[in-house]
Amino acid sequence: MDMDKIDQIIDKHHCEASSLLQILLDIQTENNWLPKEALGRISERLEVPLTRIQHIVTFYKAFSLVPKGRHKVHICVGTACHVRGASRILDTVEEATGIKPGETDLEMKFSLETVNCLGCCALGPVVDIDGKVHGKMTPVKTSEVLKLYE
Amino acid sequence: MVQLDSPEALESFRQEILSKRDPKRPCISICAGAGCVASGATEVIEAFKAEIEKQGLAAKVDTKGTGCPGFCERGPVVVIYPEEICYLQVAPEDVPEIVSETIKENRVVERLLFEDPVTGERAVHESDISFYKAQERTVLCNNIKIDSRSIDDYLALGGYSALTKALGEMTDLEVLEEVKKSNLRGRGGAGFPAGRKWEGSRNAPEPIKYVIVNADEGDPGAFMDRALLEGNPHSILEGLILGGYAVAAQEGYFYVRQEYPLAVENINLAIKQAEAYGLLGKNILGSGFDFKVIVHQGAGAFVCGESTALMTSLEGKAGEPRPKYVRSNVKGLWNKPSVLNNVETWANVPHIINRGADWFTKVGTESSKGTKIFSLVGKITNTGLVEVPMGMTLRDIIYKIGGGIPNGKKFKAVQTGGPSGGCIPEDQLDLQVGFDELTKAGSMMGSGGMIVLDEDTCMVDVARYFIHFLTDESCGKCVPCREGLRQMDRILTNITEGKGKEGDIELLEELSETAVEASLCALGKSAPNPFLSTLRYFRDEYEAHIKEKRCPALSCKELIAYYIDPEKCMACGMCFKKCPAGAIDGEKKKIHIIDQDKCTNCGTCFEVCPTKFGAVTKISGEPVPAPVPEEKRMISKKTPSKESQKGK
Repeated sequence: MDMDKIDQIIDKHHCEASSLLQILLDIQTENNWLPKEALGRISERLEVPLTRIQHIVTFYKAFSLVPKGRHKVHICVGTACHVRGASRILDTVEEATGIKPGETDLEMKFSLETVNCLGCCALGPVVDIDGKVHGKMTPVKTSEVLKLYE
Repeated sequence: MVQLDSPEALESFRQEILSKRDPKRPCISICAGAGCVASGATEVIEAFKAEIEKQGLAAKVDTKGTGCPGFCERGPVVVIYPEEICYLQVAPEDVPEIVSETIKENRVVERLLFEDPVTGERAVHESDISFYKAQERTVLCNNIKIDSRSIDDYLALGGYSALTKALGEMTDLEVLEEVKKSNLRGRGGAGFPAGRKWEGSRNAPEPIKYVIVNADEGDPGAFMDRALLEGNPHSILEGLILGGYAVAAQEGYFYVRQEYPLAVENINLAIKQAEAYGLLGKNILGSGFDFKVIVHQGAGAFVCGESTALMTSLEGKAGEPRPKYVRSNVKGLWNKPSVLNNVETWANVPHIINRGADWFTKVGTESSKGTKIFSLVGKITNTGLVEVPMGMTLRDIIYKIGGGIPNGKKFKAVQTGGPSGGCIPEDQLDLQVGFDELTKAGSMMGSGGMIVLDEDTCMVDVARYFIHFLTDESCGKCVPCREGLRQMDRILTNITEGKGKEGDIELLEELSETAVEASLCALGKSAPNPFLSTLRYFRDEYEAHIKEKRCPALSCKELIAYYIDPEKCMACGMCFKKCPAGAIDGEKKKIHIIDQDKCTNCGTCFEVCPTKFGAVTKISGEPVPAPVPEEKRMISKKTPSKESQKGK
């Protein structure tokens, strides 16, 4: 990631240590993951030890220290989706993509994550792929939807 | 841009907005909440805009995307004002008809109305629909009426009138007194009286104080805060400003969960609009009161919904809870007095100031006043957000509003209070909802998630699910929570996989006791609740899993087997074709058989077997019957269709 962009984000938050979380979130949104150089730059400019930054990026789920695939598959495993069979949807996706939650496949096609509620419980079980919500999923429907992504 | 420098200026500005609006002018409100958008509301909004343009009505009709009115089950929801005609499950194809019929000709499109499943009667207006009828909507009611991105819409409906009243006619102490008198209890979980919390902060000697909105709604299956944040952000902001005035705080914070990007956007916009009008900033409405508001995003940690963890996170650190020897309303954010309340609590404040504590206390039970929003989800006919007076029975919520359990299934339990809550069985359905009532039944109010479970739900699996969730979300600070929950998760997983053994239940109870006693924050203290409450009411299910290796709900994958009933199989080939494991053997006119060694228990055959046959069944706790011998597999019997033809 380009250092100028990182500096811009840090400056936007007035280079304040209390905004560390917000800075990391902005970089995550911009770049999809947090490269080591970015963390080093933040540590240097905010005068926060790298260990504390490591603590934060591994504590919160929103951050990723590895690159993500082209398509982000989020399987809702919130309670409403769980009781409607989300685990079977997860099994299907794991089977089809060969990856487990938190992983990205070797071709960088899919990154799989589980989430705890997307707020559309009426449509459960739901799968969110790149921001589009697919509702009322069944294992059969799930395999078909995954085929739509290249 | 108008700068409103006194309460009177705001009132006259409101009149100005109203005078420009014709109450008879048609307005098409389309829910743009998460549920409806997932059902295609964005396309419906586009279609309306295009159709209005096409039919040359752009100058005469308003179209707006609004907040969520709660009836997610039947989304996208469209309400047409001024008649308040409510159309459900509207698709872009329906739009031309709605515009030419309803907007132009004033005729109702019957087929898009709500049809009562019992009486078959159609309801034209929102208020006639059974889902809404039994509700009492104070906080949620404006969601469908306003464009959440328009402060003028909020003002037109009387928005910020509580602020003008407070700053113009009341002292800060009077505002505090009113909230105290209303006995408003925190809607986020613990139910601590808001007024007392505020008073503690106000009386703290530190001159710098904070007020904070807890919008880190993390309970899976609860999305009422999201609906308010996205749909009516100004109502929360107004509550926060009033709170800031009452406790003499100078700064307010919104801590919004990162998973709600639209909420963050709408809140930020609301703050900008309020600043531009002079409702935030220096010398608000000429009262001498200065107040500014900052939005912070969470980063995906459930524990940050806990008050002290949230404040630690606001300081830019990892969100670990802190001890509460001194409460956070005295020593909170940056060690300053900080009032933290949930979104729904803040949204109630303007109503209390406007209509008075006496009005508020008229609704509810002895100890729980006002209304509460629940998100009614799971195995329920009408999924959605419901706002009911405290004291309504669970039965009324589930059957009158929720429409009962779908697909003719039997009700088993309702899980309330989120991951740390508990399950309430059928014989307690007449329980009135309220903070103390639910706690007494072994559950809790929590933030208001209400997950309905039917006979197909395994209670051991529900407990395992929540304990697993909390194991993942434990911040790791306290050993009984970090390690104890991990062990509980392992034991419960073993039980659901048929590896449970005698003594597991006692061991789980012991681990629970330690976690409750020795954890620092509410996450660990209440984490064993899902186990304890399911054990209290459904001990037999635990025993069946452990002793008989049987899942009574036929839900635990490792404890069930799929079996094709040879009497019912019509050799249609559906399961054969769809089985991803190639475990089904069969051909035309030959009874299908599942090879149990190859079967992965994915359930696809069960799902695709036509309901008129219902040949695929689940078996648990007993051996799978031996397959039909090869010579008897040919179907010689007449198929039902031929038989019925014969009968004619």
